[in-house]
Amino acid sequence: MDFINGFVTLANFVIVPGLAYGAQLALGALGVTLIYGILRFSNFAHGDTMAFGTTMTILITWAMQAAGIGFGVLPTALLALPFGIALTALLVLGTDRAVYRFYRVQKAAPVILVIVSMGVMFVMNGLTRFIIGVEEVNFADGGRFIVTAREFRDMTGLQEGLAIRTTQVITLITAAIAVAALFWFLGRTRTGKSMRAFSDNEDLALLSGISPERVVAVTWIITAALATTAGTLYGLDKSFKVFTYFQLLLPIFASAIVGGLGSPLGAIAGGFVIAFSEVTVTYAWRRVLTYWLPDDLAPSGLVQLMSTDYKFAVSFGILIIVLLFRPTGLFRGKVI
Amino acid sequence: MAEPFLIGDGMTGGYGAVDILHDCTIAVEKGEIAVIVGPNGAGKSTAMKAVFGMLPLRSGAVRLNGEDITRLSPQDRVARGMAFVPQTNNIFTSMTVEENLEMGAFLRRDDISGTMEQVYELFPILRDKRRQAAGELSGGQRQQVAVGRALMTRPTVLMLDEPTAGVSPIVMDELFDRIIEVARTGISILMVEQNARQALEIAHKGYVLVQGANRFTDTGQALLADPEVRRSFLGG
Repeated sequence: MDFINGFVTLANFVIVPGLAYGAQLALGALGVTLIYGILRFSNFAHGDTMAFGTTMTILITWAMQAAGIGFGVLPTALLALPFGIALTALLVLGTDRAVYRFYRVQKAAPVILVIVSMGVMFVMNGLTRFIIGVEEVNFADGGRFIVTAREFRDMTGLQEGLAIRTTQVITLITAAIAVAALFWFLGRTRTGKSMRAFSDNEDLALLSGISPERVVAVTWIITAALATTAGTLYGLDKSFKVFTYFQLLLPIFASAIVGGLGSPLGAIAGGFVIAFSEVTVTYAWRRVLTYWLPDDLAPSGLVQLMSTDYKFAVSFGILIIVLLFRPTGLFRGKVI
Repeated sequence: MAEPFLIGDGMTGGYGAVDILHDCTIAVEKGEIAVIVGPNGAGKSTAMKAVFGMLPLRSGAVRLNGEDITRLSPQDRVARGMAFVPQTNNIFTSMTVEENLEMGAFLRRDDISGTMEQVYELFPILRDKRRQAAGELSGGQRQQVAVGRALMTRPTVLMLDEPTAGVSPIVMDELFDRIIEVARTGISILMVEQNARQALEIAHKGYVLVQGANRFTDTGQALLADPEVRRSFLGG
Protein backbone atom coordinates (compact mmCIF):
# COMPACT_ATOMS: atom_id res chain seq x y z
CA MET A 1 0.00 0.00 0.00
CA ASP A 2 2.83 2.34 0.85
CA PHE A 3 4.36 1.71 -2.55
CA ILE A 4 1.13 2.64 -4.33
CA ASN A 5 0.68 5.74 -2.19
CA GLY A 6 4.22 6.76 -3.04
CA PHE A 7 3.62 6.15 -6.70
CA VAL A 8 0.40 8.18 -6.72
CA THR A 9 2.25 11.05 -5.07
CA LEU A 10 4.93 10.80 -7.72
CA ALA A 11 2.33 10.71 -10.48
CA ASN A 12 0.55 13.73 -9.04
CA PHE A 13 3.61 15.93 -8.65
CA VAL A 14 6.06 14.63 -11.26
CA ILE A 15 4.66 12.36 -13.96
CA VAL A 16 1.46 14.20 -14.91
CA PRO A 17 2.91 17.75 -14.78
CA GLY A 18 6.09 16.48 -16.48
CA LEU A 19 4.12 14.95 -19.35
CA ALA A 20 2.19 18.17 -19.92
CA TYR A 21 5.32 20.33 -19.70
CA GLY A 22 7.20 17.90 -21.94
CA ALA A 23 4.49 18.11 -24.59
CA GLN A 24 4.64 21.92 -24.49
CA LEU A 25 8.43 21.91 -24.83
CA ALA A 26 8.23 19.33 -27.61
CA LEU A 27 5.89 21.54 -29.65
CA GLY A 28 8.17 24.52 -29.11
CA ALA A 29 11.28 22.52 -30.00
CA LEU A 30 9.62 21.23 -33.18
CA GLY A 31 9.29 24.82 -34.38
CA VAL A 32 12.94 25.55 -33.59
CA THR A 33 14.11 22.36 -35.26
CA LEU A 34 12.07 23.01 -38.43
CA ILE A 35 13.52 26.49 -38.81
CA TYR A 36 16.99 25.12 -38.20
CA GLY A 37 16.55 22.27 -40.66
CA ILE A 38 15.09 24.33 -43.47
CA LEU A 39 16.14 27.95 -43.01
CA ARG A 40 19.42 26.87 -41.40
CA PHE A 41 19.61 29.15 -38.41
CA SER A 42 18.69 29.04 -34.72
CA ASN A 43 15.63 31.21 -34.33
CA PHE A 44 16.00 33.17 -31.09
CA ALA A 45 12.68 34.85 -31.69
CA HIS A 46 10.83 31.57 -31.20
CA GLY A 47 9.93 32.20 -27.54
CA ASP A 48 8.51 35.57 -28.47
CA THR A 49 6.68 34.11 -31.46
CA MET A 50 5.00 31.86 -28.89
CA ALA A 51 4.22 34.89 -26.73
CA PHE A 52 2.78 36.83 -29.66
CA GLY A 53 0.69 33.85 -30.78
CA THR A 54 -0.64 33.33 -27.28
CA THR A 55 -1.44 37.05 -27.00
CA MET A 56 -3.47 36.91 -30.19
CA THR A 57 -5.27 33.80 -28.94
CA ILE A 58 -6.00 35.50 -25.59
CA LEU A 59 -7.40 38.62 -27.27
CA ILE A 60 -9.69 36.52 -29.44
CA THR A 61 -10.66 34.41 -26.43
CA TRP A 62 -11.71 37.58 -24.60
CA ALA A 63 -13.68 38.75 -27.62
CA MET A 64 -15.42 35.39 -27.81
CA GLN A 65 -16.17 35.41 -24.10
CA ALA A 66 -17.58 38.93 -24.41
CA ALA A 67 -19.76 37.74 -27.28
CA GLY A 68 -20.97 34.85 -25.14
CA ILE A 69 -19.23 32.17 -27.17
CA GLY A 70 -17.93 29.28 -25.06
CA PHE A 71 -16.65 25.78 -25.62
CA GLY A 72 -18.47 23.96 -22.79
CA VAL A 73 -16.09 22.21 -20.43
CA LEU A 74 -13.19 22.95 -22.77
CA PRO A 75 -11.36 26.29 -22.64
CA THR A 76 -12.60 28.91 -25.09
CA ALA A 77 -8.97 29.48 -26.06
CA LEU A 78 -9.06 26.26 -28.10
CA LEU A 79 -11.73 27.84 -30.31
CA ALA A 80 -9.64 31.00 -30.60
CA LEU A 81 -6.46 29.07 -31.39
CA PRO A 82 -6.93 28.77 -35.20
CA PHE A 83 -7.42 32.55 -35.43
CA GLY A 84 -4.38 33.13 -33.25
CA ILE A 85 -2.36 30.85 -35.54
CA ALA A 86 -3.52 32.73 -38.63
CA LEU A 87 -2.55 36.12 -37.18
CA THR A 88 0.83 34.80 -36.02
CA ALA A 89 1.46 33.28 -39.44
CA LEU A 90 0.83 36.72 -40.96
CA LEU A 91 3.31 38.29 -38.56
CA VAL A 92 6.11 35.78 -39.22
CA LEU A 93 5.52 35.85 -42.98
CA GLY A 94 5.68 39.63 -42.82
CA THR A 95 8.88 39.42 -40.77
CA ASP A 96 10.35 37.03 -43.30
CA ARG A 97 9.49 39.33 -46.16
CA ALA A 98 10.76 42.45 -44.40
CA VAL A 99 13.82 41.05 -42.62
CA TYR A 100 14.98 37.49 -43.26
CA ARG A 101 14.56 37.46 -47.03
CA PHE A 102 17.04 40.30 -47.40
CA TYR A 103 19.71 38.14 -45.75
CA ARG A 104 18.61 34.98 -47.54
CA VAL A 105 19.08 36.63 -50.93
CA GLN A 106 22.56 37.68 -49.85
CA LYS A 107 23.22 34.10 -48.71
CA ALA A 108 24.24 35.45 -45.30
CA ALA A 109 26.09 33.11 -42.92
CA PRO A 110 23.91 31.33 -40.35
CA VAL A 111 25.55 33.22 -37.50
CA ILE A 112 24.38 36.50 -39.03
CA LEU A 113 20.84 35.16 -39.25
CA VAL A 114 21.06 34.19 -35.58
CA ILE A 115 21.90 37.77 -34.66
CA VAL A 116 19.14 38.99 -36.96
CA SER A 117 16.69 36.70 -35.19
CA MET A 118 17.78 38.22 -31.86
CA GLY A 119 16.82 41.61 -33.24
CA VAL A 120 13.48 40.21 -34.32
CA MET A 121 13.17 38.73 -30.83
CA PHE A 122 13.51 42.16 -29.17
CA VAL A 123 11.05 43.77 -31.55
CA MET A 124 8.49 40.98 -31.14
CA ASN A 125 8.95 41.02 -27.38
CA GLY A 126 8.30 44.75 -27.28
CA LEU A 127 5.35 44.45 -29.62
CA THR A 128 3.75 41.76 -27.47
CA ARG A 129 4.27 43.73 -24.24
CA PHE A 130 2.84 46.77 -25.96
CA ILE A 131 -0.28 44.85 -26.93
CA ILE A 132 -1.05 42.88 -23.78
CA GLY A 133 1.16 44.37 -21.06
CA VAL A 134 3.70 42.74 -18.78
CA GLU A 135 1.32 41.37 -16.16
CA GLU A 136 0.40 37.75 -15.66
CA VAL A 137 -2.77 36.74 -17.53
CA ASN A 138 -4.98 33.76 -16.73
CA PHE A 139 -7.28 32.88 -19.56
CA ALA A 140 -8.25 29.27 -18.83
CA ASP A 141 -11.97 28.69 -18.49
CA GLY A 142 -14.23 25.65 -18.71
CA GLY A 143 -13.89 22.68 -16.35
CA ARG A 144 -10.79 22.87 -14.16
CA PHE A 145 -10.34 19.23 -13.18
CA ILE A 146 -11.07 15.90 -14.76
CA VAL A 147 -10.26 14.18 -11.48
CA THR A 148 -9.66 16.12 -8.26
CA ALA A 149 -7.41 14.82 -5.49
CA ARG A 150 -10.38 14.31 -3.19
CA GLU A 151 -12.40 12.39 -5.80
CA PHE A 152 -9.40 10.19 -6.44
CA ARG A 153 -8.98 9.45 -2.73
CA ASP A 154 -12.68 8.63 -2.33
CA MET A 155 -12.58 6.44 -5.41
CA THR A 156 -9.51 4.42 -4.50
CA GLY A 157 -9.42 4.68 -0.71
CA LEU A 158 -5.75 5.65 -0.89
CA GLN A 159 -4.22 8.24 1.40
CA GLU A 160 -2.75 10.25 -1.45
CA GLY A 161 -4.76 11.98 -4.13
CA LEU A 162 -4.07 12.31 -7.84
CA ALA A 163 -5.41 15.44 -9.49
CA ILE A 164 -5.63 15.59 -13.26
CA ARG A 165 -6.37 19.02 -14.63
CA THR A 166 -8.36 19.52 -17.84
CA THR A 167 -5.56 21.61 -19.29
CA GLN A 168 -3.04 18.80 -18.79
CA VAL A 169 -5.14 16.34 -20.73
CA ILE A 170 -5.91 18.92 -23.41
CA THR A 171 -2.18 19.64 -23.71
CA LEU A 172 -1.34 16.00 -24.31
CA ILE A 173 -4.17 15.40 -26.76
CA THR A 174 -3.59 18.60 -28.72
CA ALA A 175 0.16 17.96 -28.85
CA ALA A 176 -0.44 14.40 -30.06
CA ILE A 177 -2.76 15.64 -32.81
CA ALA A 178 -0.34 18.40 -33.83
CA VAL A 179 2.61 16.00 -33.98
CA ALA A 180 0.65 13.38 -35.92
CA ALA A 181 -0.50 16.05 -38.40
CA LEU A 182 3.06 17.35 -38.78
CA PHE A 183 4.52 13.90 -39.43
CA TRP A 184 1.76 13.07 -41.87
CA PHE A 185 2.42 16.33 -43.67
CA LEU A 186 6.21 15.85 -43.83
CA GLY A 187 6.05 12.18 -44.73
CA ARG A 188 3.09 11.92 -47.08
CA THR A 189 2.36 15.16 -48.88
CA ARG A 190 4.19 16.54 -51.87
CA THR A 191 4.86 19.88 -50.16
CA GLY A 192 6.02 18.17 -46.97
CA LYS A 193 8.42 15.95 -48.90
CA SER A 194 9.76 18.95 -50.77
CA MET A 195 10.49 20.56 -47.39
CA ARG A 196 12.45 17.51 -46.29
CA ALA A 197 14.28 17.46 -49.62
CA PHE A 198 15.15 21.15 -49.24
CA SER A 199 16.42 20.51 -45.72
CA ASP A 200 18.44 17.49 -46.87
CA ASN A 201 20.15 19.01 -49.91
CA GLU A 202 19.30 22.55 -50.89
CA ASP A 203 21.20 22.58 -54.21
CA LEU A 204 19.68 19.35 -55.42
CA ALA A 205 16.23 20.57 -54.37
CA LEU A 206 16.76 23.61 -56.59
CA LEU A 207 17.87 21.33 -59.45
CA SER A 208 14.65 19.36 -58.98
CA GLY A 209 12.59 22.51 -59.44
CA ILE A 210 11.55 22.91 -55.80
CA SER A 211 10.80 26.58 -55.14
CA PRO A 212 12.76 27.80 -52.12
CA GLU A 213 10.44 30.74 -51.42
CA ARG A 214 7.46 28.42 -51.23
CA VAL A 215 9.26 25.99 -48.93
CA VAL A 216 10.30 28.88 -46.68
CA ALA A 217 6.76 30.31 -46.54
CA VAL A 218 5.21 26.94 -45.66
CA THR A 219 7.88 26.43 -43.00
CA TRP A 220 7.04 29.76 -41.38
CA ILE A 221 3.32 28.99 -41.39
CA ILE A 222 3.89 25.61 -39.73
CA THR A 223 6.26 27.18 -37.23
CA ALA A 224 3.65 29.83 -36.39
CA ALA A 225 1.06 27.09 -35.85
CA LEU A 226 3.38 25.06 -33.62
CA ALA A 227 4.54 28.10 -31.63
CA THR A 228 1.03 29.44 -31.07
CA THR A 229 -0.25 26.02 -30.06
CA ALA A 230 2.68 25.44 -27.70
CA GLY A 231 2.28 28.92 -26.17
CA THR A 232 -1.47 28.64 -25.73
CA LEU A 233 -1.19 25.20 -24.12
CA TYR A 234 1.54 26.44 -21.77
CA GLY A 235 -0.54 29.49 -20.88
CA LEU A 236 -3.65 27.41 -20.24
CA ASP A 237 -1.71 24.95 -18.11
CA LYS A 238 0.16 27.58 -16.11
CA SER A 239 -0.38 31.24 -16.95
CA PHE A 240 0.68 33.73 -19.57
CA LYS A 241 3.42 36.28 -19.02
CA VAL A 242 5.54 37.71 -21.82
CA PHE A 243 8.78 37.43 -19.87
CA THR A 244 8.19 33.77 -18.94
CA TYR A 245 7.82 32.92 -22.61
CA PHE A 246 11.06 34.65 -23.42
CA GLN A 247 12.70 32.52 -20.73
CA LEU A 248 11.19 29.35 -22.21
CA LEU A 249 13.68 29.79 -25.04
CA LEU A 250 16.39 28.02 -23.03
CA PRO A 251 14.54 24.75 -22.26
CA ILE A 252 13.14 24.76 -25.80
CA PHE A 253 16.58 25.08 -27.40
CA ALA A 254 17.92 22.50 -24.96
CA SER A 255 15.13 20.12 -26.06
CA ALA A 256 15.84 20.65 -29.75
CA ILE A 257 19.60 20.17 -29.28
CA VAL A 258 19.31 17.16 -26.95
CA GLY A 259 17.09 15.48 -29.54
CA GLY A 260 19.33 16.51 -32.42
CA LEU A 261 18.73 19.79 -34.27
CA GLY A 262 16.83 19.28 -37.48
CA SER A 263 15.25 16.02 -36.33
CA PRO A 264 11.51 16.31 -35.56
CA LEU A 265 11.48 13.01 -33.67
CA GLY A 266 14.44 14.24 -31.64
CA ALA A 267 12.63 17.45 -30.72
CA ILE A 268 9.80 15.46 -29.18
CA ALA A 269 12.11 13.12 -27.26
CA GLY A 270 14.22 16.10 -26.19
CA GLY A 271 11.15 17.95 -24.91
CA PHE A 272 10.27 15.12 -22.55
CA VAL A 273 13.89 14.55 -21.48
CA ILE A 274 14.26 18.22 -20.50
CA ALA A 275 10.82 18.44 -18.87
CA PHE A 276 11.30 15.36 -16.71
CA SER A 277 14.84 16.33 -15.77
CA GLU A 278 13.65 19.76 -14.70
CA VAL A 279 10.71 18.44 -12.72
CA THR A 280 12.54 15.56 -11.01
CA VAL A 281 15.59 17.63 -10.06
CA THR A 282 13.48 20.43 -8.56
CA TYR A 283 10.93 18.14 -6.86
CA ALA A 284 11.08 17.61 -3.09
CA TRP A 285 11.18 13.83 -2.81
CA ARG A 286 10.54 13.53 0.93
CA ARG A 287 6.92 12.40 0.74
CA VAL A 288 7.56 9.78 -1.94
CA LEU A 289 10.67 8.46 -0.20
CA THR A 290 8.88 8.30 3.16
CA TYR A 291 6.43 5.89 1.55
CA TRP A 292 9.04 3.88 -0.30
CA LEU A 293 11.91 3.59 2.20
CA PRO A 294 11.82 1.66 5.50
CA ASP A 295 10.82 3.88 8.44
CA ASP A 296 14.32 4.19 9.86
CA LEU A 297 15.65 5.41 6.50
CA ALA A 298 12.93 8.02 6.00
CA PRO A 299 14.56 11.33 5.08
CA SER A 300 14.39 14.22 7.47
CA GLY A 301 15.10 16.95 4.88
CA LEU A 302 13.11 17.85 1.77
CA VAL A 303 15.36 15.79 -0.56
CA GLN A 304 15.08 18.53 -3.15
CA LEU A 305 18.19 18.54 -5.31
CA MET A 306 17.71 22.10 -6.49
CA SER A 307 15.34 24.93 -5.73
CA THR A 308 12.74 25.58 -8.44
CA ASP A 309 14.27 29.05 -8.85
CA TYR A 310 17.24 27.32 -10.45
CA LYS A 311 15.28 25.13 -12.84
CA PHE A 312 16.92 26.73 -15.86
CA ALA A 313 20.26 25.44 -14.62
CA VAL A 314 18.97 21.94 -15.37
CA SER A 315 18.40 22.71 -19.06
CA PHE A 316 21.76 24.43 -19.17
CA GLY A 317 23.53 21.48 -17.56
CA ILE A 318 21.99 18.96 -19.93
CA LEU A 319 22.72 21.20 -22.87
CA ILE A 320 26.41 21.39 -21.99
CA ILE A 321 26.71 17.65 -21.40
CA VAL A 322 25.07 16.88 -24.74
CA LEU A 323 27.19 19.39 -26.64
CA LEU A 324 30.36 17.98 -25.06
CA PHE A 325 29.69 14.29 -25.53
CA ARG A 326 27.16 13.92 -28.32
CA PRO A 327 26.82 17.16 -30.25
CA THR A 328 24.53 15.57 -32.82
CA GLY A 329 21.96 14.82 -30.12
CA LEU A 330 20.01 11.63 -29.41
CA PHE A 331 18.64 11.29 -32.94
CA ARG A 332 21.74 12.34 -34.86
CA GLY A 333 20.68 15.75 -36.05
CA LYS A 334 23.08 18.19 -37.61
CA VAL A 335 26.30 19.18 -35.86
CA ILE A 336 26.15 22.77 -34.75
CA MET B 1 25.34 20.43 -91.29
CA ALA B 2 22.37 21.17 -89.06
CA GLU B 3 23.00 22.57 -85.63
CA PRO B 4 23.37 19.98 -82.85
CA PHE B 5 20.46 19.43 -80.45
CA LEU B 6 22.31 21.09 -77.57
CA ILE B 7 25.31 23.32 -78.06
CA GLY B 8 27.38 25.52 -75.80
CA ASP B 9 28.89 27.69 -78.50
CA GLY B 10 32.14 29.61 -77.96
CA MET B 11 31.63 29.83 -74.22
CA THR B 12 33.97 32.21 -72.38
CA GLY B 13 33.61 32.98 -68.70
CA GLY B 14 34.53 32.19 -65.11
CA TYR B 15 33.44 32.68 -61.53
CA GLY B 16 35.38 35.89 -60.93
CA ALA B 17 37.63 38.22 -62.82
CA VAL B 18 39.64 35.40 -64.38
CA ASP B 19 38.11 33.37 -67.19
CA ILE B 20 38.19 29.61 -66.84
CA LEU B 21 36.66 28.80 -70.20
CA HIS B 22 38.15 30.25 -73.38
CA ASP B 23 35.96 30.03 -76.46
CA CYS B 24 34.97 26.50 -75.52
CA THR B 25 32.40 24.65 -77.61
CA ILE B 26 30.54 21.55 -76.44
CA ALA B 27 27.68 19.97 -78.33
CA VAL B 28 25.60 16.81 -78.36
CA GLU B 29 23.24 15.35 -80.95
CA LYS B 30 19.87 13.84 -80.16
CA GLY B 31 20.18 10.36 -78.68
CA GLU B 32 23.97 10.46 -78.72
CA ILE B 33 26.62 10.41 -76.04
CA ALA B 34 29.16 13.23 -75.81
CA VAL B 35 32.03 12.93 -73.38
CA ILE B 36 34.27 15.69 -72.03
CA VAL B 37 37.70 14.47 -70.97
CA GLY B 38 40.94 16.18 -70.11
CA PRO B 39 43.53 16.58 -67.38
CA ASN B 40 42.72 17.79 -63.89
CA GLY B 41 41.83 21.45 -63.80
CA ALA B 42 41.08 21.56 -67.50
CA GLY B 43 37.66 23.06 -66.83
CA LYS B 44 35.66 19.93 -67.72
CA SER B 45 33.11 20.32 -64.93
CA THR B 46 33.09 24.08 -65.45
CA ALA B 47 32.22 23.62 -69.12
CA MET B 48 29.35 21.36 -68.11
CA LYS B 49 28.14 23.86 -65.52
CA ALA B 50 28.30 26.62 -68.12
CA VAL B 51 26.04 24.60 -70.41
CA PHE B 52 23.62 24.18 -67.50
CA GLY B 53 23.63 27.87 -66.57
CA MET B 54 25.60 27.58 -63.36
CA LEU B 55 28.44 29.78 -64.62
CA PRO B 56 28.11 33.35 -65.86
CA LEU B 57 29.26 33.63 -69.49
CA ARG B 58 31.02 36.70 -70.80
CA SER B 59 30.51 35.64 -74.37
CA GLY B 60 29.15 32.69 -76.26
CA ALA B 61 25.71 31.14 -76.21
CA VAL B 62 23.90 27.98 -75.22
CA ARG B 63 21.21 26.75 -77.58
CA LEU B 64 18.80 23.89 -76.99
CA ASN B 65 16.90 22.63 -80.01
CA GLY B 66 17.70 25.87 -81.83
CA GLU B 67 16.42 28.08 -79.02
CA ASP B 68 18.80 30.43 -77.22
CA ILE B 69 18.72 29.55 -73.50
CA THR B 70 21.86 31.45 -72.45
CA ARG B 71 19.94 33.72 -70.07
CA LEU B 72 17.82 31.01 -68.43
CA SER B 73 18.46 29.93 -64.83
CA PRO B 74 19.29 26.26 -64.14
CA GLN B 75 15.75 25.78 -62.79
CA ASP B 76 14.25 27.08 -66.01
CA ARG B 77 16.51 24.78 -68.00
CA VAL B 78 15.18 21.84 -65.99
CA ALA B 79 11.71 22.87 -67.04
CA ARG B 80 12.93 22.95 -70.68
CA GLY B 81 14.00 19.31 -70.49
CA MET B 82 17.58 19.42 -69.26
CA ALA B 83 18.59 17.29 -66.29
CA PHE B 84 21.82 17.53 -64.35
CA VAL B 85 23.44 14.99 -62.03
CA PRO B 86 26.11 16.71 -59.90
CA GLN B 87 29.29 14.85 -59.03
CA THR B 88 28.71 14.90 -55.26
CA ASN B 89 25.70 15.40 -53.02
CA ASN B 90 23.51 14.21 -55.85
CA ILE B 91 20.87 12.39 -53.79
CA PHE B 92 18.64 13.18 -50.82
CA THR B 93 20.38 10.92 -48.31
CA SER B 94 17.71 11.08 -45.59
CA MET B 95 14.87 10.22 -47.94
CA THR B 96 13.90 6.85 -49.37
CA VAL B 97 14.83 5.84 -52.90
CA GLU B 98 11.22 6.25 -53.97
CA GLU B 99 10.98 9.72 -52.41
CA ASN B 100 14.19 10.68 -54.25
CA LEU B 101 12.53 9.74 -57.51
CA GLU B 102 9.34 11.61 -56.54
CA MET B 103 11.37 14.74 -55.82
CA GLY B 104 13.01 14.39 -59.22
CA ALA B 105 9.55 14.64 -60.72
CA PHE B 106 8.57 17.60 -58.53
CA LEU B 107 7.82 19.87 -61.48
CA ARG B 108 5.51 17.34 -63.10
CA ARG B 109 1.84 17.44 -62.28
CA ASP B 110 0.83 14.33 -64.26
CA ASP B 111 1.02 10.68 -63.26
CA ILE B 112 4.66 9.75 -62.64
CA SER B 113 4.21 6.04 -61.98
CA GLY B 114 5.05 5.10 -65.59
CA THR B 115 8.37 6.96 -65.51
CA MET B 116 9.15 5.47 -62.11
CA GLU B 117 8.50 2.03 -63.56
CA GLN B 118 10.94 2.77 -66.40
CA VAL B 119 13.61 3.83 -63.90
CA TYR B 120 13.06 0.63 -61.91
CA GLU B 121 13.39 -1.40 -65.12
CA LEU B 122 16.64 0.38 -65.94
CA PHE B 123 17.98 -0.05 -62.39
CA PRO B 124 16.25 -3.16 -60.97
CA ILE B 125 18.16 -2.94 -57.67
CA LEU B 126 16.38 0.35 -56.89
CA ARG B 127 13.03 -1.41 -56.94
CA ASP B 128 14.19 -3.75 -54.16
CA LYS B 129 15.56 -0.84 -52.15
CA ARG B 130 12.79 1.66 -52.82
CA ARG B 131 11.73 1.95 -49.17
CA GLN B 132 15.30 2.27 -47.93
CA ALA B 133 16.98 5.60 -47.18
CA ALA B 134 19.15 6.50 -50.16
CA GLY B 135 22.03 7.42 -47.84
CA GLU B 136 22.29 3.78 -46.73
CA LEU B 137 23.05 2.49 -50.24
CA SER B 138 26.44 1.64 -51.74
CA GLY B 139 28.30 4.11 -53.95
CA GLY B 140 27.17 2.51 -57.21
CA GLN B 141 23.57 2.28 -56.04
CA ARG B 142 23.64 5.94 -55.00
CA GLN B 143 24.76 6.89 -58.51
CA GLN B 144 21.83 4.89 -59.88
CA VAL B 145 19.48 6.83 -57.58
CA ALA B 146 21.05 10.09 -58.76
CA VAL B 147 20.63 9.20 -62.43
CA GLY B 148 17.13 7.88 -61.75
CA ARG B 149 16.16 11.11 -60.01
CA ALA B 150 17.34 13.12 -63.01
CA LEU B 151 15.42 10.87 -65.43
CA MET B 152 12.14 11.47 -63.60
CA THR B 153 11.55 14.79 -65.37
CA ARG B 154 11.62 12.85 -68.69
CA PRO B 155 14.49 15.04 -69.90
CA THR B 156 15.69 15.36 -73.48
CA VAL B 157 19.25 15.96 -72.29
CA LEU B 158 20.93 14.23 -69.38
CA MET B 159 24.12 15.79 -68.04
CA LEU B 160 26.36 13.69 -65.83
CA ASP B 161 29.33 15.07 -63.90
CA GLU B 162 31.72 12.17 -63.36
CA PRO B 163 29.07 9.51 -62.75
CA THR B 164 31.66 6.83 -62.05
CA ALA B 165 33.73 8.77 -59.51
CA GLY B 166 34.51 6.51 -56.59
CA VAL B 167 32.82 3.34 -57.81
CA SER B 168 34.49 0.00 -58.53
CA PRO B 169 35.46 -0.94 -62.13
CA ILE B 170 32.69 -3.55 -62.32
CA VAL B 171 30.07 -1.04 -61.22
CA MET B 172 31.57 1.47 -63.65
CA ASP B 173 31.08 -0.89 -66.60
CA GLU B 174 27.53 -1.51 -65.54
CA LEU B 175 26.79 2.21 -65.19
CA PHE B 176 28.18 2.83 -68.68
CA ASP B 177 25.92 0.07 -70.02
CA ARG B 178 22.95 1.77 -68.42
CA ILE B 179 23.97 5.12 -69.84
CA ILE B 180 24.07 3.59 -73.33
CA GLU B 181 20.57 2.21 -72.71
CA VAL B 182 19.34 5.66 -71.69
CA ALA B 183 20.82 7.19 -74.86
CA ARG B 184 19.04 4.55 -76.98
CA THR B 185 15.70 5.86 -75.71
CA GLY B 186 16.48 9.13 -77.53
CA ILE B 187 17.93 11.09 -74.61
CA SER B 188 21.10 13.04 -75.38
CA ILE B 189 23.87 12.49 -72.87
CA LEU B 190 26.62 14.90 -72.03
CA MET B 191 29.11 13.72 -69.44
CA VAL B 192 32.40 14.55 -67.84
CA GLU B 193 34.61 11.56 -67.12
CA GLN B 194 37.88 10.83 -65.37
CA ASN B 195 38.02 7.32 -66.84
CA ALA B 196 38.72 8.77 -70.26
CA ARG B 197 39.47 5.55 -72.14
CA GLN B 198 36.30 3.72 -71.11
CA ALA B 199 34.17 6.81 -71.58
CA LEU B 200 35.47 7.48 -75.09
CA GLU B 201 34.72 3.87 -76.03
CA ILE B 202 31.00 4.51 -75.57
CA ALA B 203 31.06 8.11 -76.83
CA HIS B 204 29.75 9.23 -80.20
CA LYS B 205 31.59 12.47 -79.72
CA GLY B 206 34.57 13.28 -77.51
CA TYR B 207 35.89 16.64 -76.37
CA VAL B 208 39.40 16.91 -74.99
CA LEU B 209 39.71 20.13 -73.02
CA VAL B 210 42.97 21.69 -71.90
CA GLN B 211 43.02 24.88 -69.84
CA GLY B 212 39.42 25.67 -70.61
CA ALA B 213 39.78 25.43 -74.39
CA ASN B 214 39.02 22.72 -76.98
CA ARG B 215 42.20 20.79 -77.82
CA PHE B 216 40.77 17.84 -79.75
CA THR B 217 37.25 17.19 -80.92
CA ASP B 218 36.29 14.07 -82.82
CA THR B 219 34.31 10.87 -82.55
CA GLY B 220 35.15 8.73 -79.53
CA GLN B 221 36.78 6.05 -81.67
CA ALA B 222 38.87 8.54 -83.62
CA LEU B 223 40.17 10.12 -80.42
CA LEU B 224 41.07 6.68 -79.05
CA ALA B 225 42.99 5.98 -82.25
CA ASP B 226 44.78 9.33 -82.37
CA PRO B 227 48.39 8.73 -81.24
CA GLU B 228 48.77 12.23 -79.82
CA VAL B 229 45.62 11.97 -77.74
CA ARG B 230 46.73 8.54 -76.55
CA ARG B 231 50.16 9.75 -75.56
CA SER B 232 49.04 12.94 -73.83
CA PHE B 233 45.76 12.01 -72.22
CA LEU B 234 45.21 8.27 -72.20
CA GLY B 235 48.55 7.17 -70.79
CA GLY B 236 50.03 5.65 -73.98
